[in-house]
Amino acid sequence: MTSHSQYRPTSQARTTGFPKYLDNVRTKKGPFTDPAVELGPPAIEQMEKMKILVIGAGGLGCELLKNLALSGFKDIHVIDMDTIDISNLNRQFLFRKSDVGKSKAEVAARFVEKRVRGVKITPHNSRIQDFPDDFYRSFQIVVSGLDSIEARRWINAKLIDLLDEDNPQSLIPLIDGGTEGFKGQSRVILPTITSCIECQLDMHAPRAAVPLCTLASIPRQPEHCIEWAHIIAWEREKPYPNLDKDDPNHITWLYQRALERGQEFGIGGITYQLTQGVVKNIIPAIASTNAIIAASCCNEALKIATNTASFLGAGEANYMMYSGNDSIYTYTFLHEQKPDCPVCGQQTKELTDVDANWTLREFLEWLGVHPAAQLKNASVRAEGKTLYMRAPKMLEEQTRGNLDLMLGHGLAVLSNGSAGGGDGKKVDADGDHDGAAAVRIAGLGLESGTEIAVTDEAFPGQQFQFILRFK
Amino acid sequence: MLKIWSMKKQQQAENAEGAAASGGKKKKVTAAQLRVQKDLSELSLGSTMKVDFPDPNDILNFTLSIEPDEGMYRDGRFTFTFAINQNFPHDPPKVQCQQKIYHPNIDLEGKVCLNILREDWKPVLNLNAVIVGLQFLFLEPNASDPLNKEAADDLRNHKEAFRQNVRTAMAGGMVHGQSFDRVLK
Ligand SMILES: [Zn+2]
Repeated sequence: MTSHSQYRPTSQARTTGFPKYLDNVRTKKGPFTDPAVELGPPAIEQMEKMKILVIGAGGLGCELLKNLALSGFKDIHVIDMDTIDISNLNRQFLFRKSDVGKSKAEVAARFVEKRVRGVKITPHNSRIQDFPDDFYRSFQIVVSGLDSIEARRWINAKLIDLLDEDNPQSLIPLIDGGTEGFKGQSRVILPTITSCIECQLDMHAPRAAVPLCTLASIPRQPEHCIEWAHIIAWEREKPYPNLDKDDPNHITWLYQRALERGQEFGIGGITYQLTQGVVKNIIPAIASTNAIIAASCCNEALKIATNTASFLGAGEANYMMYSGNDSIYTYTFLHEQKPDCPVCGQQTKELTDVDANWTLREFLEWLGVHPAAQLKNASVRAEGKTLYMRAPKMLEEQTRGNLDLMLGHGLAVLSNGSAGGGDGKKVDADGDHDGAAAVRIAGLGLESGTEIAVTDEAFPGQQFQFILRFK
Repeated sequence: MLKIWSMKKQQQAENAEGAAASGGKKKKVTAAQLRVQKDLSELSLGSTMKVDFPDPNDILNFTLSIEPDEGMYRDGRFTFTFAINQNFPHDPPKVQCQQKIYHPNIDLEGKVCLNILREDWKPVLNLNAVIVGLQFLFLEPNASDPLNKEAADDLRNHKEAFRQNVRTAMAGGMVHGQSFDRVLK
């Protein structure tokens, strides 16, 4: 339908000076383009309206921002709570010496905006956990270039949690890049369609740790002295209440202790820089590996946004690993979703017709015979709340009292004087009338829509998740 | 993007029973809590161990007490704090002995040298493995992974003196100029 000759670049495309090759890709079908897909000006316009979020403005983040802007994304947001350190300048090429101490997100955004005309980059100098759900809902694609597994797990769980089966807009692909020295990976997570970061947790090599006793008694390397200062001397002496790895005074303290330790054992090579690196677990980053991984992430974003070619996650593969350690090796494969994944597992079932006024005991009996559950010896928790655990013994004793509480807020009006005993907190219904009816809160405070996690000794190794819907 | 949605719908059609959650969801249980709940429900503690929860709603923080009924540390009562972070099971639980004890693999601040708490931790390991490991430390203290070097030297070179020192320390006495906490039941 659309051919290149029919397409005239919009005036905007011309003024921003994008190479016409990008528009070739966005207007002409290639051999791998899905035949059902329509390319051309509407597709370009749609992509230009897209909001894309980049998490991390470090080594990968700088590359990602530059690439996405040059690939025609116009509305980019970037989150990073870090400030620029002098040691970043060798590979985080959007930063200059005069930027040291400033916000990475802000400096990176300003630089790319200035360099690539027509792109709007909104920086956020915050933690990813600081934003409400609506913030994340407003994006069509999220790309992460993080060095923390914890942050990856958080954004992964968030995007999967935002998925609403009735709303196509709520399905937000996560493109995740990561590098470690000459190695790296790109992967695409389509919430609940593909395996997720949690399913893939075992793909991360655990951090290489030195046995504690080696640190304590037979250090052999400068790193051992630094770890000793970090793990043993700090806890013993507590020079400051909390270790702030970004505070030069704290790092200096550790550095001095490590030096003394090194002298004691005849170990040299301990520097301030090394101390900082070991304590902050800085993995040596190689600029070119970042470039390779960021480029592949960006291409996946472009393909997802335009449907010009098949992307990771859509077919036989969702994970690309790259290794430059021994010549070059790349391997693209399908990492299978784990059916029992606690985050994307599909077995979260709805339990409708739950009565908020049931006691927990009544609910558990109901759960034992409910066709979708049939869990006769259930131990049940909700987020931050242990409802009833049959084991260990102490936890059973501590939660046994909950069995007689109602699931919901359980507001019950009792006549004065009869509200004694029990676990409920007594509250005056109307504070100005002493001795009038009292409201006793004898509920667990669960709300409709709460997720509960259930284990049952009859199903060892398994876990069940349900969403409660009150009548 | 619509392509992804059609993949989703196709997947749903393929496993029709996947009548998964729609509509509002509130407060999902975090992955770390889910995993700890599973581990706790599979704990086999035996008669010499007990876990205590200062706050039953917070299952990521608890104490384990071990009362060995054999070996050099028998008749003692040792408690360990377990602090589990949201990155569990990628990160191991943080375990610390609450008493100042004389043990080659536990230092005077309560740090424990147990391989699976640090260098050999893997997400497939569970809390039971850690608890079994701790119990084993009291049955088989080991001189080759010393955190308390003097205790390790004693164990290696003067086993009988070591045995005596363990009893002295457990009774709250002094060993090598250090006073220890009384841990006898
Ligand atoms: Zn998963």
